[in-house]
Amino acid sequence: MNPAMDAPELDYRRQSPGVAARFGRLRQRPVILSVRGLGRVFGGHTAIGDISFEVHRREFLCVLGASGCGKSTLIRLVAGLDTPSSGAILLDGKPVAGPGPDRGMVFQGYTLFPWLTVKKNVMFGLRMCGKSPTEAECEAREWIALVGLSKFENAYPHQLSGGMKQRVAIARALANRPRILLMDEPFGALDAQTRAQMQDYLLEIWRNVDVTILFITHDLDEAVYLSDRILVLGANPGHVLEVIENPVPRPRSRDQFTAPEFLAAYRRISELIHPRGSATAEKIHIPRLTKAGDDVE
Amino acid sequence: MQPKAAKKPWFAPFEPVSPGAGRWLALGSFLIPLAVWCAVSYLPFVWHPLVKITDPGGVAYFQPGTLVEKATFALENSRMRERGLAQAEGVPANPVFLPSPGEVAVALYRSFTTPPRRSGDKWLHESLWHSIQIIFWGFLWSSLFGVPLGILSGVFGVFSKLTEPAVDFVRYMPAPAFGALAVAVLGIYDAPKIAIIFIGTFFQQVLVIANTTRKLDPALIEAAQTLGARRPGILFKVVLPGISVDLYNDMRILLGWAWTYLIVAEYIGASSGITFFINQQAKYRIYDNVFAAILIIGLIGFTTDRFLAWFGGFLFPWKSRTGPAAKPADA
Repeated sequence: MNPAMDAPELDYRRQSPGVAARFGRLRQRPVILSVRGLGRVFGGHTAIGDISFEVHRREFLCVLGASGCGKSTLIRLVAGLDTPSSGAILLDGKPVAGPGPDRGMVFQGYTLFPWLTVKKNVMFGLRMCGKSPTEAECEAREWIALVGLSKFENAYPHQLSGGMKQRVAIARALANRPRILLMDEPFGALDAQTRAQMQDYLLEIWRNVDVTILFITHDLDEAVYLSDRILVLGANPGHVLEVIENPVPRPRSRDQFTAPEFLAAYRRISELIHPRGSATAEKIHIPRLTKAGDDVE
Repeated sequence: MQPKAAKKPWFAPFEPVSPGAGRWLALGSFLIPLAVWCAVSYLPFVWHPLVKITDPGGVAYFQPGTLVEKATFALENSRMRERGLAQAEGVPANPVFLPSPGEVAVALYRSFTTPPRRSGDKWLHESLWHSIQIIFWGFLWSSLFGVPLGILSGVFGVFSKLTEPAVDFVRYMPAPAFGALAVAVLGIYDAPKIAIIFIGTFFQQVLVIANTTRKLDPALIEAAQTLGARRPGILFKVVLPGISVDLYNDMRILLGWAWTYLIVAEYIGASSGITFFINQQAKYRIYDNVFAAILIIGLIGFTTDRFLAWFGGFLFPWKSRTGPAAKPADA
């Protein structure tokens, strides 16, 4: 995993003055999304127990957890695609009722409309929200330019690579100027290189566009690289283990993957989602099928 | 020089055949049955159970052109030999119901150029045109009701539960069973025939299209909802375009089904169209015309379907022509 895991340990809670000041400013910003005592029960199974957190304006919040901790359930509830069994979700202080353009969403699967060109895909939301065709086209062009796909505005989704499709999906969601952008493991289906590229793209977009991001991932590196704060979830039922204030300073670069703050945060999350002993609890015994002396180690 | 590509084995499971080989194989799928038909027709030793008389000789009841069993022919000739009369002569032949490809080809041509035997009878093209009209109206009426109902059933649970159980029940009733009823209600001319095509198509259509609609990726609907689409927007801007390709292909298959009901439908009431033509020709024992008419039905169905498949490429430009293997250029 990380080459410098054995470096002298740094407390993940220790923040440089610059980072501490940023968090100070962040806390001053208005709360965009407020989740209070959220619960969701499917039949007899409790997917999410009791989750509460807040997202401030222009914050980048990552939600991280092992599979089955209710990450996707959580984001679907926030998007309004599912109804909570208990608790409340407030957007700008008003309870969320059903899906809407104020919470743009980027899904893991490519959900571009295959029958529409890139431009028409980005125009879709604008048209649905009552913009005239010329107005919508004009704005769509700007968003497509923002994600660097102007050359492909008349291409159909099947002609694009996975990374390009997700860039269109981001442009499509942003075009509606959502209060918060919900991203459900958006880069999960991409190969490692494209994924790294997309992470940099996203940080760049987030820096330059007035947008708040709630980002679901199961990738520790991704969470630490992108986020301001990390909401670490535990499973059975889904609950908040800890909200970590990311000590890695901004602007971010890939060199920081081996920085002490990065490793400290990484180590802490790792401890939270794989508590000591849990990984070794289910050790598999594999019988030896090679000759004695024919060893690889 | 480029290294020669490894040759693909002939029988690789689930591997597509190369386009070049595919064309030859497709041609073969027609040529092989045709070759078998030619062999049976033109090679006297393959089947030819009868003898076609060329010279009756002394046999009083033989006529030039009569078909007789080989055994009868041998028996009569041996009798003639005993009586010292002239031998009958003939060539090996197939039964009258198996004309040769050449005869059918000639019949196909002639049926468009020679007037029908009885003055009241219809020309082949007139019969065909009548049949095509029956299909058209039956399919149109069925689609007018079946397509919207199928889509609504696929989208809304309420419509699904309200229609599909009954439709599922009725579709097991064979359409021809409604023939007598259709004649009683609608008379003996075209209306009951169109009704049979309708009954045969409609109930399948509702179920097939409802299923197609349900197969639409729900993530597309959810994406549309998070982009601000409300119910009409979802129905007209997401569901309809989303299912259009599959719907179009369903319609092609259903049109094929409509053709299968044609012959039954045309038997009902006053027999008409291509069915009447085939029956008349069979009565006159002109089996080359019967073959020609059957072949033409196949030809019309096949070319219509090929045309629709080709036309679909124009209607749905977002469907990649080269299939999912087409590799996109990465940014």
